[in-house]
Amino acid sequence: MEGLKLELKEKIIEQLNLEDVSIEEIGDDDPLFGDGLGLDSIDALELIVMLDKDYGIKLTDPKEGKKIFESVAIMATYITANRTK
Amino acid sequence: MKIENYISNYCHIRNNTVSVNGELIFKEDSNSEFADFSKKGYKQLNLSYSKFFKMDNLSKLAFLGAEYVLNATKIDADDNVAIVLTNRASSLDTDRKHQGSIQDKESYYPSPAVFVYTLPNITIGEISIKHQLKSENAFFIFDAFNADFLHAYASSLLEKEKAESVLCGWVDYDGEAYDCFMYMISKKGQRKHTTNELKNLYKNKD
Repeated sequence: MEGLKLELKEKIIEQLNLEDVSIEEIGDDDPLFGDGLGLDSIDALELIVMLDKDYGIKLTDPKEGKKIFESVAIMATYITANRTK
Repeated sequence: MKIENYISNYCHIRNNTVSVNGELIFKEDSNSEFADFSKKGYKQLNLSYSKFFKMDNLSKLAFLGAEYVLNATKIDADDNVAIVLTNRASSLDTDRKHQGSIQDKESYYPSPAVFVYTLPNITIGEISIKHQLKSENAFFIFDAFNADFLHAYASSLLEKEKAESVLCGWVDYDGEAYDCFMYMISKKGQRKHTTNELKNLYKNKD
């Protein structure tokens, strides 16, 4: 699980072009949206594509993302339980 | 009575060089890629605007050109500044990236962050968001810098009082080839707003 959390932090920084953010600055339980990393709606769509492309998880309802993308820890738990690749 | 308008400030970004009103602001090694050059152009401005790094290259180029001109001009969000931009390649550079992501039906993963930049007028949106402008704007495609058209369009906006000033320019990006010439037309300035002056400034001949 720790390896997956680290992997997710790397992917979030790289794929969402968070130029001024380092892995160490993203806590496992930090909120990704709002006051946390300040991600926006396009970032949320990008994370949905990432779940599909990298872990074989298709979110049919984008609203599901609101819960799943609360933090890196919640994402990692969800991916571990649902990944197909 | 016809009112005179002026070119108050202008900026060139080309050949890894940024100049404002003819003065060199900074120059990068000619071998450096646009990604590095644009990042240095951003840092030179001492901005804290992380959205810059999410933009495509065309928007980065337009954003930087606008920042350098608007910094020299000093505007407020209440100022009615129209934006009229032009280029040759439209958003083709990003269109190709998007096309590449949907080419293979077995690996069909279009990126929303890329797709949102598949229109050239998004560049104007980025500038408007940064400066909270809710003004007239338009983006036109031409084969080359069209001083006659830009002069006529900006003059019309000012004469019809649709705007108090107009940020105009040529912002073209395709592959690693790029060219940006942006300028502000307003009621005060040293250089008269004429097509000849625009043509000379575009060529960087003061």
